[in-house]
Amino acid sequence: MKNFDIDHRNSSNCDILDLHGELDAHTASELERALQDLIARDNIRIIVNFNKLEYIASAGLGVFMAYIEDVRKDGGDIKLTNMNDKVFNVFDLLGFPALYDIFEDESEAIQKFSNS
Amino acid sequence: MGTLSTYQKSIDASTKNLAEVRDFVDEHAKNHGFNKQQIADIRLAVDEAITNIIKHAYQQDDSRSIDIEVTLEENSICIQLQDTGKRFRMNKYSEPDIEKKIKERKRGGMGLFLIHSLMDSVTYTSNNGLNEMVMCKNRS
Repeated sequence: MKNFDIDHRNSSNCDILDLHGELDAHTASELERALQDLIARDNIRIIVNFNKLEYIASAGLGVFMAYIEDVRKDGGDIKLTNMNDKVFNVFDLLGFPALYDIFEDESEAIQKFSNS
Repeated sequence: MGTLSTYQKSIDASTKNLAEVRDFVDEHAKNHGFNKQQIADIRLAVDEAITNIIKHAYQQDDSRSIDIEVTLEENSICIQLQDTGKRFRMNKYSEPDIEKKIKERKRGGMGLFLIHSLMDSVTYTSNNGLNEMVMCKNRS
């Protein structure tokens, strides 16, 4: 049974990844590939929309940790949006809100990129 | 306060079984009256513990197995995980410094902190090659 999926779209010069389902140590490699593909093509204004993500384990957070420096050193960013409370709680427990832009809505992330 | 019931499950040590284990503990926690946030905490703690066993104790050898036992007590749930892999220092953990990890291009080392944060008690023993972790959460 497949319990994780990623859709990719473009909006306002940003690349948006829509996550669906459950992100754990098994499914994290799929997110890793999606981010690697974007970075390889120099698409580094990345928004990850968690609206349809039901669950995240630390292996999922690890993927964001692995690529954020590469993206930021070239002037890009990975911004995270639309998390449900349970998912946000995991990021919060580990102190991510101090290090990452986490927005309630995707439009705020697009706005922040347009201003930068 | 005696034990009300126990449920057992055994899985191959592969991350593809994580979702099945989360659903297993979810079902029993739900039936025992835990609320949604508590169930989310239990699911994550068990997922992190199983992931640690797969990665560190068994080093991704999916021919090995992990035994899981859920025990429901009057006001709590306990999940026991048993493996026969390499023992690891379950008690050595600290709040992870994410900023430092990012700079050093490291990831991982967050699971144990999460398990201890999310559960009310966590014990780990290792005897004669059998590693056993028991984590419990109170309902109120």
